[in-house]
Amino acid sequence: MRIELVRRPQHSVLFSTLSPFMALGLTLIAGAIMFSVLGKNPVDALYYYFIDPLTGIWDPSNRWQLHELAIKAAPLILIAVGLSVCYLSNNWNIGAEGQFIVGAIVGSFIPVMFPGFHSWIVLPLMLILGMAGGAAYAAIPAFFKVRFNTNEILTSLMLVYVAQLFNDWLVRGIWRNPEGMSFPGTIRFSEWAILPQIWPDAGRAHWGFVFALVAAVLVWFMLSKTLKGFEVKVLGQSPRAGRFAGFSSGKVVFFAFLLSGALAGLAGICEAAGPIEHLNEKISIGYGFTAIIVAFLGRLNPLGIVAAGIILALTYLGGESAQIAIGVSDKAVRAFQGMLLFFVLACDTLIHYRVRIVGTSGMKAEAGKAGAV
Amino acid sequence: MSADTAAANLLEVRGLTKIFGTLKACDAVDLTIRKGEIHALLGENGAGKSTLVKMLFGSLEPYSGEIRWNGQPVKIANPNAARKLGIGMVFQHFSLFEALSAAENIALSLDDQTPISTIAAKAQALSYSYGLPLDPYSLVGDLSVGERQRIEIIRCLLQTPDLIILDEPTSVLTPQEADKLFETLERLRAEGKSILYISHRLEEVKRMCDAATVMRHGKVVAHCDPRQETAASLARMMVGSEVHAVVRAPVEGIETAEALLEVRNLSRKPATPFSMALKNISLNVRAGEVIGIAGVAGNGQGEFFEAVSGEAMQPDAGTIRIRGKDAGRLSITGRRLLGAAFVPEERLGHGAAPRMKLSENLFLSRYATDSKAFLGPAGFVKESAIDAATQRIIQEMDVRKSARDPEAAALSGGNLQKFIIGRELDRRPTVMVVNQPTWGVDAGAAAKIRQSLIELARSGSAVLVISQDLDELFEISDAISVMHNGELSKPLPRAEATFEKIGLLMGGAEPGHADPGLESV
Repeated sequence: MRIELVRRPQHSVLFSTLSPFMALGLTLIAGAIMFSVLGKNPVDALYYYFIDPLTGIWDPSNRWQLHELAIKAAPLILIAVGLSVCYLSNNWNIGAEGQFIVGAIVGSFIPVMFPGFHSWIVLPLMLILGMAGGAAYAAIPAFFKVRFNTNEILTSLMLVYVAQLFNDWLVRGIWRNPEGMSFPGTIRFSEWAILPQIWPDAGRAHWGFVFALVAAVLVWFMLSKTLKGFEVKVLGQSPRAGRFAGFSSGKVVFFAFLLSGALAGLAGICEAAGPIEHLNEKISIGYGFTAIIVAFLGRLNPLGIVAAGIILALTYLGGESAQIAIGVSDKAVRAFQGMLLFFVLACDTLIHYRVRIVGTSGMKAEAGKAGAV
Repeated sequence: MSADTAAANLLEVRGLTKIFGTLKACDAVDLTIRKGEIHALLGENGAGKSTLVKMLFGSLEPYSGEIRWNGQPVKIANPNAARKLGIGMVFQHFSLFEALSAAENIALSLDDQTPISTIAAKAQALSYSYGLPLDPYSLVGDLSVGERQRIEIIRCLLQTPDLIILDEPTSVLTPQEADKLFETLERLRAEGKSILYISHRLEEVKRMCDAATVMRHGKVVAHCDPRQETAASLARMMVGSEVHAVVRAPVEGIETAEALLEVRNLSRKPATPFSMALKNISLNVRAGEVIGIAGVAGNGQGEFFEAVSGEAMQPDAGTIRIRGKDAGRLSITGRRLLGAAFVPEERLGHGAAPRMKLSENLFLSRYATDSKAFLGPAGFVKESAIDAATQRIIQEMDVRKSARDPEAAALSGGNLQKFIIGRELDRRPTVMVVNQPTWGVDAGAAAKIRQSLIELARSGSAVLVISQDLDELFEISDAISVMHNGELSKPLPRAEATFEKIGLLMGGAEPGHADPGLESV
């Protein structure tokens, strides 16, 4: 017996819809197995991961947890929406983590260097600077790709470590809060530099979540309804046909990197000006990498990404609650996220291929069709 | 053939059936190939020829039916099994890795551990003896369609098979090269080998083949002796009705007509180490005429097309002039806006994005020229207008498809080509440049495409057709130039052009480019 993948003439609408759900289901099963192996009750563990953070939906006293969920989901959605444009155009930006950090650094410039500058314009300026910082940082791999044909996966990833170490140096060095008891981190931002909360009475969720939803809708519209979105998709799928259409691949490389860099930078400054209220060495808990999973789980569709961002945010919160309640290592979160990406990519195969099981009757199992048939 | 004993039959196929979903691609097909015969397999695109040969070659599994090889029932599970039996195949769509050299591609299909250098030497010797010159160390990615086919033919011959399946082998050869291939095939036949020969060129089939099987809509409609038939009777069997011959009315006063497309001393350095340099090409295409460019694949046609279309721009704006305006430094979009339309050789991946719907592929080449109809403010795409235009073209060109708006890759080659040509004709372009308009397209669709190109010219447009199919060029062109080694010969008016003259130019005799001042057309 052998198992064959047969290419479908048309992509399957059914499986494009089902694939993320199948991936989620498989992740839950694999997660249950993982917890059993760790000696934990898998039902309890999955409860703390995926149900406990959501109890706020029916229990008003836990409503703050939903706000925490929105806080974690906001940067994931913002970054993943930008990444979807990159990945659809065949630009493999893996460096959103670095663009996030640089956005946070550049956006923090005003509140750190001019703490006495009190005006309504401080916050908008910070957001714009954050976006500019992220975009400028993303422009580096874009430039190298267009000019020297370098591999953007490597350059964008390496720039993450540069950004992390530069940030570490800043918050331990020249930007360190002199009254901060030698902890790494800048001074606390003034109230003019803090991103307001949406419903301050109910919880801490800030306007970053709204920005994420707006960005998702705008980018969805751009991708599905405008010439620019068409350009992005054609050059991603079929570069030669894109050139025949008269589109410039170099311009789209810059467009995708600048857009995703700007959104990652916006997420970065929203994180600093939102829940953290200053810049420190742990500004990101791996949002830029987790957002890659969010982008694929959301099928590279910005609206799907909103849902996927909330699901991945759940794993962060669930990881904390599981650690407190039953003592599962917080590293399990990363394992969960990794399994999810793995299953999403595997299930996506079914969109373009169907599985065929061929009987053994009289044929050798060696399916070695020589040549590219 | 019924008088012969079964022992003389190399391959017998009885009741072979293949079903895809609800479509019977092959419906109880019978086929008998005797030892030492050249057997033609005729049929329009979609008649089931490819499905049949894929089953014979083990790429597809039959649903029911029997294959007998030398009288013994066999099951051909995969291409390796077919090769072991002694069946070799030259595909119409090549199965080659672009990143590997010709010799490496050949090595991949051999089981043993023969060193590449030995294979390369054998391949080169074989290629020259069969008149198919080939550099075994060249990268496939840099080779033209014709050169890639040579690799396939040589790869097949190296395995000394008993049955060789050739899918449209001469469509990319000069008449002289095709003659050489026929000599090769006749030599193979004399050695007792059998050949299953798939072709649309009925004259070729009549001249060379000992027997023919004609398929239509998945069924065998006739077994016949092609030498007893006329080309017209064979065509009727294939199509099921009369094929309308292409009508080319002579044009008056073309000498004084305005030149809509002018190429002035176009030179281009090779873009890659294996591509062809263009050397000082000059050409005028006037309103109302069709100019054909003949030539063996890989002599600069692709490079020329890119330069004319604007996918590769020129440093000097005056090199290309469209409707009297300098266009050399304009992009393909800029040239389209001047009224030009382009159809490249590769349908999937160049002329159309395979995984995009037909409506999106319409938008692909027309978003700029039809921006009033298709685009709203801020680049908003008007899907309903595009959909209406798509359906109009589908109807106009009789594009057959499985869904209302399928992905381009889901269409057969001929139907996709009809759509791509129709997409450009629908604009009524003033200048139309087409590379290989009917490669791999069935007779009925090809006739429709050719007729529509002539009609476009007669309505006052300039049409430039690059093709390796000489029959096609003689059918539609008012004058024919030949591209050889990156140079373009002076256009020969249709009345003066003969197969021999053009064939000699294709082989490299009388090189030299046209002098625009002395054009006789």
